Amino acid sequence: MIQFTVNGRDVSVDVEPEMPLLWVLRDELGLTGTKYGCGIALCGACTVHMDGAAMRTCVLPVSAVAGKKITTIEGLSKDGTHPVQKAWVQLQVPQCGYCQSGQIMAAAALLASNRKPDDEIIETTMSNICRCGTYVRIRDAVKLAATLK
Amino acid sequence: MTTPIANSRRNFLVASTALGGGFMLGVHFPLLAQAADAAAPEVTHWIVIQPDETVIIRIARSELGQGSFTGLAMLVAEELECDWDKVTPEYADVNEHVRRNRIFGAMTTGGSRAIRDSQKYLREAGAAAREMLLTAAAKDWGVPASELTVSKGVITHAATGRSTTYGKVAPLATALEAPKEPRLKDPKDWKLIGTSPPRIDIPDKTTGKQIYAADVSLPGMVHASIVQCPVFGGKLESYDKTKIEGMRGVKSVVAAEDWVAVVADNWWRANEALKALPVEWDVGNNGEVTSESIRAFLRTGIDATDVPVARKEGDTTAAFASADKVIEAEYSAPFLNHATLEPQTATAVFQADRVEVWVGTQNGEASIAAASEASGLPLDKVFLHKMHAGGAFGRRSAFNEFVKQAIKIAQTMPGTPVRLQWSREEDMVQGRYRPTSLVKLRGALDKDGNWIGWHVRQSEPSIAAAVLTQFLKDGIDQIGTRVFIDSPYGVPNYTLEYAMRNTHVLLGPWRAVAHTHNPYFRESFIDELALAAGKDSYQFRRAMLEKKPKDLAVLDAVAKAVGWDTAAPAGVFRGIAVADSYGSYSAAVVELSVKDGTEIEVKRVIVALDPGYIVHPDAVKAQIESGVVWALSSAMLEEITIDKGRVVQTNFSDYPVLTLRHTPKTEAILMPSGGFWGGVGEPPMAAVLPALGNAIFAATGKRVRSLPLKNAGFSYA
Repeated sequence: MIQFTVNGRDVSVDVEPEMPLLWVLRDELGLTGTKYGCGIALCGACTVHMDGAAMRTCVLPVSAVAGKKITTIEGLSKDGTHPVQKAWVQLQVPQCGYCQSGQIMAAAALLASNRKPDDEIIETTMSNICRCGTYVRIRDAVKLAATLK
Repeated sequence: MTTPIANSRRNFLVASTALGGGFMLGVHFPLLAQAADAAAPEVTHWIVIQPDETVIIRIARSELGQGSFTGLAMLVAEELECDWDKVTPEYADVNEHVRRNRIFGAMTTGGSRAIRDSQKYLREAGAAAREMLLTAAAKDWGVPASELTVSKGVITHAATGRSTTYGKVAPLATALEAPKEPRLKDPKDWKLIGTSPPRIDIPDKTTGKQIYAADVSLPGMVHASIVQCPVFGGKLESYDKTKIEGMRGVKSVVAAEDWVAVVADNWWRANEALKALPVEWDVGNNGEVTSESIRAFLRTGIDATDVPVARKEGDTTAAFASADKVIEAEYSAPFLNHATLEPQTATAVFQADRVEVWVGTQNGEASIAAASEASGLPLDKVFLHKMHAGGAFGRRSAFNEFVKQAIKIAQTMPGTPVRLQWSREEDMVQGRYRPTSLVKLRGALDKDGNWIGWHVRQSEPSIAAAVLTQFLKDGIDQIGTRVFIDSPYGVPNYTLEYAMRNTHVLLGPWRAVAHTHNPYFRESFIDELALAAGKDSYQFRRAMLEKKPKDLAVLDAVAKAVGWDTAAPAGVFRGIAVADSYGSYSAAVVELSVKDGTEIEVKRVIVALDPGYIVHPDAVKAQIESGVVWALSSAMLEEITIDKGRVVQTNFSDYPVLTLRHTPKTEAILMPSGGFWGGVGEPPMAAVLPALGNAIFAATGKRVRSLPLKNAGFSYA
């Protein structure tokens, strides 16, 4: 059994230690807000927080998560009011929306470590793929979120 | 195992059992219509008004992220005069559609059609419902309907001081006959259309609540991963399932003529077992095809002496004979993949007398037809849950192979829900690709630099022959020839020829279809002509668009916005282009600088768009931003190549797409001129590709005639 916490709850899972956290979250724990996009940690659709830092979970073995605190999009806020979520709604960022859980988790982790990121930091940190091309708004929304509570 | 049970007309609750932490998740799905639907309190088939004043507006098209759930509902609400805050869009049920004689009209969502092809009947539905609701109130009160006013769903009779609401009179209105010719508002009286209320689909897309087909979770559900013959048209020869027997969670292996799938209790296990499964293919006759052999085949279309003529004006031969200068160039473009971020996915439950499917689709009718064909059940026994798609761009339009596959697997385990999700690798090598293309262009200039003759020969696989045969006419692809066959330039002597060269590579409509590579070819070549004529590329276009005021207006708008007549800042270079498409008019300017001769920094992209009318300006702006990303991504980075008959690229590692780092400032100029309805989802990107190429030429003197630009040594800085 591998034990860790997800969104503040203790969980223990009896799965292969090499199973990526993404599939433990999605298929074992039923938390489908975290998405599968590429399976090779390139697109970022599977981004969650591990002990507060952004992690791409499609190649992260669940054994590496033992004892860690995991936060998924479902646990980012109770009611969608995390500053990043508010900024995302205010600037109408999502189109198809499939990548946006990962984008929002990446942005929230960035802002937790850097209260006022400049364009350069946003551009190097926010490397998640959005096939719809919402990047212009993502850049603006990260900056807006930095000003929201 | 029980099948999903409807607990209300359009919602049902699914509880998924969870391991470990013991979460219980309640997931609401928009539900298929049950037989009880006929008794629903419809005012019209598009509109249901509930006693609590909720206005349900049915949406026959698909929400792909372009905002159709909001924009289409706005068209109805504008005429209905209901309270926008009470509007709840929901998918028009596809099963109900087939049972009620195709009552919801076209369900396709492609060709930038959602708004422009629906706007009339949706506005009429809103207007008809308004008239019926007012008539019902008037009858109830015994006053003339003409004396009533309505605002935000509240009906008032000023003379007697009475008022009521849509929710209260709806049951009376449903009994009335719908007016045949409801009166529509003059566009100048629109209050909602032309504003940008928050998009209805967005909040759930920021919290993880939005359920895509990939997220469907049903009691007892199993997961499948699939591999199809990597050479299109090949067959499955054999597989050895003993090699994966005993792997944890694996339930079964299901095979068909050209694919094999592994079913397990979670998707990762299914996919791991699939990767371990030895599979042999009979690749058929195409196992030696390469990108080079395809290029040589396209070359035969350029060299052929007798190919169909798609457009002919004046005397091209004479024009070239009298020309002072003849410019000649060949352009080409590769196959491209949609690479929707949600790989193709469908979930199905099969029972002897019914099949239920969850899928993100651009075409509910095509999906239900595919499900019917695969299951052998009549259409009215297929219950289809349309899910918002995780990206579509044409990939989920005509094609439903994933629906058929999910059903074929589900048929081996009746009653058990099967969630089939393609791996990214499978999605990359089993796409429905934007056709590769080779085009030879010749232009004739007279001694004053006037463009007097034009000869264009296209050689390419036909998208129409592959997918949309209704667009095939006398051997000419009416889609693949767009941009040339409908070119607005007033060249007096013009011949367009089309050589169809079909390959075994599967094709599909890739966002903007021919308005991706063809505008690049045409508008780059026009810059070549302008240069040879010693003329400014903007003015050279202007002269040839004299009789096309709408093309001219968008072209002028971007030129003005960038200050074309004044010099660009030091080190900054500009390109301009214009391309009308899908009933709309668009032009673009790109400003960029180049480092070390090859590193492109795009500083600014300006796009002007005239789609006639605009329902939701912010959603249109978002489509322009999106179109710019698609243009910059495909122009520089994207390329599908073929080796040994199969697609070489397997993931975003070798099929890179644009990311935020290289996304420039985008300026949208919305200039709806009224009087027509054009598309929005595809038109904005068309002019951006050539504007980029033209700016690169301005900066480097290098004319890139073969896409993607990276093959010419360029990259984004």
